[in-house]
Amino acid sequence: MADNDKENAAAYWKANVRLITWSLVVWALVSYGFGILLRPLVSGIPVGGTDLGFWFAQQGSIITFILIIFHYAWRLNKLDKEFGVEE
Amino acid sequence: MSQYWINMMFVGASFLLYIGIAVWARAGSTKEFYVAGGGVHPVTNGMATAADWMSAASFISMAGLIASGGYATSVYLMGWTGGYVLLAMLLAPYLRKFGKFTVPDFIGDRFYSRGARLTAVVCLILISVTYVIGQMAGAGVAFSRFLEVSNSAGIWIAAAIVFAYAVFGGMKGITYTQVAQYVVLIIAYTIPAVFIAMQLTGNPIPMFGMFGTHVESGIPLLDKLDQVVTDLGFTAYTADVDNKLNMFLFTLSLMIGTAGLPHVIIRFFTVPKVADARWSAGWTLVFIALLYLTAPAVGSMARLNLVNTIYPEGPAAEAIRYEDRPEWVQTWERTGLIKWEDKNADGRVQMYNDANAAFTPTATERGWTGNELTVNNDIIVLANPEIANLPGWVIGLIAAGAIAAALSTAAGLLLAISSAISHDLIKTLINPKISEKSEMLAARLSMTAAILLATWLGLNPPGFAAQVVALAFGLAAASLFPALMMGIFSKRVNSKGAVAGMLVGVISTAVYIFLYLGWFFIPGTASIPNTPDQWWMGISPQAFGAVGAVLNFAVAYAVSMATEAPPQEIQDLVESVRTPKGAGVALDH
Repeated sequence: MADNDKENAAAYWKANVRLITWSLVVWALVSYGFGILLRPLVSGIPVGGTDLGFWFAQQGSIITFILIIFHYAWRLNKLDKEFGVEE
Repeated sequence: MSQYWINMMFVGASFLLYIGIAVWARAGSTKEFYVAGGGVHPVTNGMATAADWMSAASFISMAGLIASGGYATSVYLMGWTGGYVLLAMLLAPYLRKFGKFTVPDFIGDRFYSRGARLTAVVCLILISVTYVIGQMAGAGVAFSRFLEVSNSAGIWIAAAIVFAYAVFGGMKGITYTQVAQYVVLIIAYTIPAVFIAMQLTGNPIPMFGMFGTHVESGIPLLDKLDQVVTDLGFTAYTADVDNKLNMFLFTLSLMIGTAGLPHVIIRFFTVPKVADARWSAGWTLVFIALLYLTAPAVGSMARLNLVNTIYPEGPAAEAIRYEDRPEWVQTWERTGLIKWEDKNADGRVQMYNDANAAFTPTATERGWTGNELTVNNDIIVLANPEIANLPGWVIGLIAAGAIAAALSTAAGLLLAISSAISHDLIKTLINPKISEKSEMLAARLSMTAAILLATWLGLNPPGFAAQVVALAFGLAAASLFPALMMGIFSKRVNSKGAVAGMLVGVISTAVYIFLYLGWFFIPGTASIPNTPDQWWMGISPQAFGAVGAVLNFAVAYAVSMATEAPPQEIQDLVESVRTPKGAGVALDH
C-alpha cells in the first residue's frame, strides 16, 4: 500500500512537471520569442498599424499568460482527482 | 465647488471606507493576523493581490514610461505580468500546501537550518524595505499634488491610515481594504482612458482602440504616432531595439523578481485550498491585466495628444505660441513637472529630439536652437482627465486611485516585514515558547515599528527612489525565487547549497548594481559610469537579477552535490508539498 502510494505520487509529480514544461514553452514563446527575439521573423504580419511582434510584446503575451494559468489550474485539478491526491 | 473640495471629498470618502473595514475586520488570532484565517475566496484574493502588487509605480509612472519609450518599454508589461505564470506553477500551490505563515518559514524548515532562515529573513527585509520607500514617497506626492498639503504631512496621513487597518486587522484587515482599493484604482484608471480612446479612435475600449484607426487622419493610430514622432527626430514608437540580450534579461529579471516577492507570495497563504491557490493566481492576473492592457493604450494615445497639443497643424507646421497653450499645461507648469524655456526667443514652444544629430540640419533650417519643453513622465496619468477635458470628479477619482495604489502596496509590504520579525525572528529563532497572545502583541509592535521606519524613510528619501525598485526586483530574483523553487523541485539541494546560493545571488546582484549606481546608492560613489557602452556584455544594472538567479541555481546545485544529501524527513517534506492531499490539517501547527 505504502509503495503504491509512493509510485502514485511519483507518477502524479511526473505528469505535473510535464504539464509545467509545456506551459513554460508557450510562456517563453509568446514573450521572449514573438515579443523580443523572434520579432524580426514575424514583423511581416501586420496588426493595426504595426506588426505581430509589437502586439505580442504589449498585449498578446499578457492575454496568453492568463490563458496558460487557467489552463494549468484546470488540467492539474483534474489530474489531482485522477491520481486521487486532491484535498 | 472647487477642484480642491472635490478631491478632498473623494479621498476622504475612500479613507472612511478603509477605516470602516478596519473596524469590521479586526484580527483575533495570529492565524487571522498572518493569513486572514486562511478562508479568503480565490477571486477575492485575486483582487486583493492585484492591489497588493500594483504600486504607485504601476498606477502613476508606468503609462508615462511607455509613452516616452514605446516598444522598448514592453519589458515592464511582460516582466510585471509573466511572473504570475511562474508563481502559479512553480511556487504558490506548494507553499500553500506547506501551510505556514511566512516565506522564511518554508526556507528555514526545508533547508533545516537557522542560517538559511536568517538569510531568508535578511533578504526579505532588504527587498521589502527598499520597496516600501517608493510607496510612501508616492503617497506623499499624491497628497501634495491633489490636497495641497505638504509632502511630509501627506506621508504622516498615509502612515496613520495604514496604521489603523494594518496594526489592528493584520492580513484580515489588509485583505478587505485591498479589495476596496483595487476597485477605486481600476475605476480611476479606466474612465479617463475610455474617454481618450473614444476621442482619438472612436472605440471605447482602449486596448482595441490602440490598434485601431486614428479618426482624424484615417490611418492606424500607431502609424500616425510613428509618423509624428519621427518627424520631430524621435525614434519611431514601434521601432525594434538593438540590444536584445539586455531586453531579454531585463524582462526575465522582472518576471522572476515578481514571483520571488514575499509580500505577493504570502497573499496565496490566505486561500482555503491548494487548488484555490492555482485559480487565485489566474484571477490575480486577470485583475492586473485590466490595468496592464490599458496602460500601453494610455501611453501611446497620450504621446499623440501631447504632440498634437504642441503642433496643432502637424509637426511640419509652426508650434503653438506660448500664450496659446491650453490650461492643463499651465496647471502642471506650476508644479514644475512641465517646463518651457524659449531658447530661440520666438515665443513658440518647440518640442523635438535635440540629441539626434541626423535631425539637427532640419532643426537649424527651421530656426530651432534646442528642445524647449520638458514633460515629466508621471503627469501622463495624473493629467489625463484634464487633457481629455473631463469633469472635475474624474480628477478627484484619480487622486483617490493614486493614493489607493500606494497604500495597498505599502500595507502588504509592511505585513511581510512584520510577520518575518515576529514569527521568524522572535517566535522561531529567539523564543519558541512565546504564547499566542504575546506573539500577537509582538506582531502588532513589529508592524508599528515597520510603519515608523517606512514613514521615516519616506520623509528622508535616500535620493534614489527610482533605483531602489530595480534593486528590490534584482534581489528577489537572485535570492528568494531560486531558493524556493529548488526547495520544491529538488530533493537533493541541502542547507549548505541553499545558503551559499542565496548569498552568491544577492551579493553578486547588489555589487553589480552598486558598481554603476553608487555604493549603497550614495551619490558620486559609482565605480563605472552607468552608460550602455560601459555595461558588462551590454547588461544594464536593472537586468542583472536574472544573472544573479542563474549564479544562485548553479552554486546551490554544485555545493549540494559535493556535500551530503538532506536527511530523510526533509525528503519526505518535499514529497508532501508536491501533492495537495492533506493540506487542511497542516495549517494548525
